[in-house]
Amino acid sequence: MRGLRTGPLIPILGLLVGISAGILLDPSVPTELQPYLPIAVVAALDAVFGGIRARLDNIFDAKVFVVSFISNVVIAALIVFLGDQLGVGAQLSTAVIVVLGIRIFGNAAAIRRHVFRA
Amino acid sequence: MATDDATTTDPGPHPEPEQAREKAAPTRSWFAGLLIAVLCALLGFALAVQLRTVDSDQGLAGAREEDLARILADLQSRQDRLRSEINEQQDLLEQLGSGEDSAAAAVEEARRQAEALAILNGTIAAEGPGLTITISDPDSTVDSAILLDAVQELRGAGAETMQVAGVRVGVSTALVGEAGDIRIDGIAVEAPYVIVAIGDGQTLSTAMQIPGGVEDKVLQAGASIDIVPADQVVVDALRPLDEPEYAEPAPDPDD
Repeated sequence: MRGLRTGPLIPILGLLVGISAGILLDPSVPTELQPYLPIAVVAALDAVFGGIRARLDNIFDAKVFVVSFISNVVIAALIVFLGDQLGVGAQLSTAVIVVLGIRIFGNAAAIRRHVFRA
Repeated sequence: MATDDATTTDPGPHPEPEQAREKAAPTRSWFAGLLIAVLCALLGFALAVQLRTVDSDQGLAGAREEDLARILADLQSRQDRLRSEINEQQDLLEQLGSGEDSAAAAVEEARRQAEALAILNGTIAAEGPGLTITISDPDSTVDSAILLDAVQELRGAGAETMQVAGVRVGVSTALVGEAGDIRIDGIAVEAPYVIVAIGDGQTLSTAMQIPGGVEDKVLQAGASIDIVPADQVVVDALRPLDEPEYAEPAPDPDD
């Protein structure tokens, strides 16, 4: 499945549905999960940016996207969890955020080159 | 963390197998799309929830120990700052309040002094215990010297303010003239001369009656004198303030 066949509609639709569900339901995050949620969100954002870049490079693979999305989230949360157990949770979550931030910037730069040819 | 890897390090393996897979299993296309939609929905959901959590401050419940310690330290230093600010403001308030008090006290003191000076200078009427002396002079034998004696004796006995024949006695009061033509501060007065003085009535009348004193002199001159101490006499004659022409207040050496 080359991504263009499904179009950007499905992911965007999913995103919108998720955001409105989050706003409307307004669930409270379980206390044990609160340190991991922001990390998981950033990891998922990294996967999404990677997916967009792959789409523009015409090498998008749904399987790769799904696997990378889930593994990104799980590994990031695991690292932070491990850091919390070792007593360096704050530092490790900073490290994870920095690494993911750098990757997001790199992917965003690639997307920018595709979109604006600059 | 595989997407980036797929796009950068190993883009090779994908294209051909993907095309093959596409032909082999077209039904997987909508399944993959559904999966992507679900994941994106999850991302949006988590994003919205996280934004809500950060916004509503309930994130503290799940914050790490060190983060909580840092937040606590921040709040404590902020509290200290605000406390010291409160103290400063309270000090200022007290200063302003006491300044107001002392200003009011100064005004009161100045008013009191002004009243005392006005009584001494004769610019306002005064009342209090004292005595009334009436010197009747039918033959015009009482001269200004006797009246001057009377004024000086009364002052020496502690009279605080007085008037002689309706003229208020001040620091520059002058009694001049022969018997029957007495002028006080340039104003002609006529017998009987009524002197009203405020002070201790008993002391003042004793001062009038000492041997060789005012009473004796008046009687020797052939006139009569009537001394009446009273609990309440009124000195209501006024005199203009003696404005100093040359003297000015000297600067306070303490300043």
